[in-house]
Amino acid sequence: MTMIKVDHLAVSYGSGDKLTRVVKDASFDVARGETFGLVGESGCGKSTILGALAGRNRQWTGSIEIDGEAISQKRTRGQLAKQQLVFQDPFGSIHPRHTIGRTLLEPLEIHGKDNRQARIEKVLQDVGLPHNFRYRYPHQLSGGQRQRVAIARALILEPQILLLDEPTSALDVSIQAEILNLLKDLREREQLTYILVSHDLAVVAHLCNRVAIMQDGGFVEIATRDQLLADTVQHPYTRQLMDGSRGYVGKRSPHLSAIPRSVTSSVLSPDAC
Amino acid sequence: MANASDTILTVENMSVEFPTLSGITSAVRNVSFSIGREKVGIIGESGSGKSTTGRAIMRLQPPKAIVKADRMQFEDVDLLKASEDEMLAIRGRRIAMILQDPKYSLNPVMTVGEQISETVILHERVSPREARERTLAMLGRVNIRDPERVFDLYPHEVSGGMGQRIMISMMLIASPSLIIADEPTSALDVTVRQQVLSILDELVIERNIGLLFISHDLNLVRSFCDRVIIMYAGRVVETIAAADLDQAKHPYTRGLLNALPSLNHPRDRLDVLQRDPAWLEN
Repeated sequence: MTMIKVDHLAVSYGSGDKLTRVVKDASFDVARGETFGLVGESGCGKSTILGALAGRNRQWTGSIEIDGEAISQKRTRGQLAKQQLVFQDPFGSIHPRHTIGRTLLEPLEIHGKDNRQARIEKVLQDVGLPHNFRYRYPHQLSGGQRQRVAIARALILEPQILLLDEPTSALDVSIQAEILNLLKDLREREQLTYILVSHDLAVVAHLCNRVAIMQDGGFVEIATRDQLLADTVQHPYTRQLMDGSRGYVGKRSPHLSAIPRSVTSSVLSPDAC
Repeated sequence: MANASDTILTVENMSVEFPTLSGITSAVRNVSFSIGREKVGIIGESGSGKSTTGRAIMRLQPPKAIVKADRMQFEDVDLLKASEDEMLAIRGRRIAMILQDPKYSLNPVMTVGEQISETVILHERVSPREARERTLAMLGRVNIRDPERVFDLYPHEVSGGMGQRIMISMMLIASPSLIIADEPTSALDVTVRQQVLSILDELVIERNIGLLFISHDLNLVRSFCDRVIIMYAGRVVETIAAADLDQAKHPYTRGLLNALPSLNHPRDRLDVLQRDPAWLEN
């Protein structure tokens, strides 16, 4: 069953002379329980797509259907609660002078939910944090714990979709593993649908079923996880990104390093490239 | 590498301590390593002391920090005894540092060209005309297509990748023998990262100098460097040839490797690093 259906989505910022069309033409659909990845370099429009889906950016054309319901630029609170965002940097996305409890309370107040204290305790437990963390401030938490709070804040409205904007790129590898595992568990337990924005194809291949590779406001390719893992992606840009996430690909082939330096450097001079 | 034994920097038992209200915090403890004409990576999580190590070598630590070591020898200079004047002649000229984000590490109110030429004018007392020539040549060397145009641009007018290439040219123009690169590509896109790294790689090999590459990206360091130093909580837990990283012995290194999602070896769940208090004892 289709959870998100996006058809010919175009998103822009500004108006008049300063109008910038960031997303030009994007169409995709995501099934319930699926994780869909968006990959591309900075400025290609991946976060802007999330913004339009989340209701942060209303300057879009095309059509968006969420859970079978066509969405217009103006949405009701109920429609907005259906999808929630998790941002990249847990150091910047949580209010530094509010306790965790207060941060988690805010969405509940805005959406007029009942049983607030019980909900806060439950959501903290869901993301693997002790109850007493609600009395703490963000600076008393580590990066990984803060990202758990950001996920808890997104989950507290019981959304069906989580929009994850580089959820682990500000974290260390060891912490990234914890958060990725948590996201996997939550997806199974709560039957969530994810859209994951990332620049790391290894992270995307770990979590996503399918991934759209974006360049300059449009999709160049939609690849499946199996294609990524079997290394059978089509587009040269996707290949470039795949190589990039494996680390540094030297221009020298291994046997070349045995050649004297003067030769190597002339081979590698800019005119030769 | 043929002449990796030709040591540029030797550090023995270096510690960096910060006095705080609640006592002394050790950011780096008894770290020893040496760098020859090779690419050495330092890997560690945030707070493991990798950047502090890099800065302590250049004596750029905050004024309150206390650096202790048995020996810190850079070529013919004893870094422990060098005066501040001597350090001024070393920084930029003989040891250069490339920082993470060109947006913050370039001077926003000076043109790119002026900033690069400043290094040669200060250190080699060349004429402005010659400095300009050398700057243009250096910009060309880092694959900037139109050096004349870029020379007069301000940092906000260049892209991240170009900014980082400008940083590299600024650091290499005075021909240092050691470069400390602190997360030089973390702020860049994957595709741009390749370009910047290959330029750095070429220059390090061409000029036969040493590179200390500080990073948290295991895949990157593994593929880019010759040797890897793994740091945990201010200590060096393991030093290993980059090609042998898969055979790393220390449980921390193994933990980091297993925590990494991989395109080649997909797993359903990632291993979470289990920290062992015993790692904190030397």
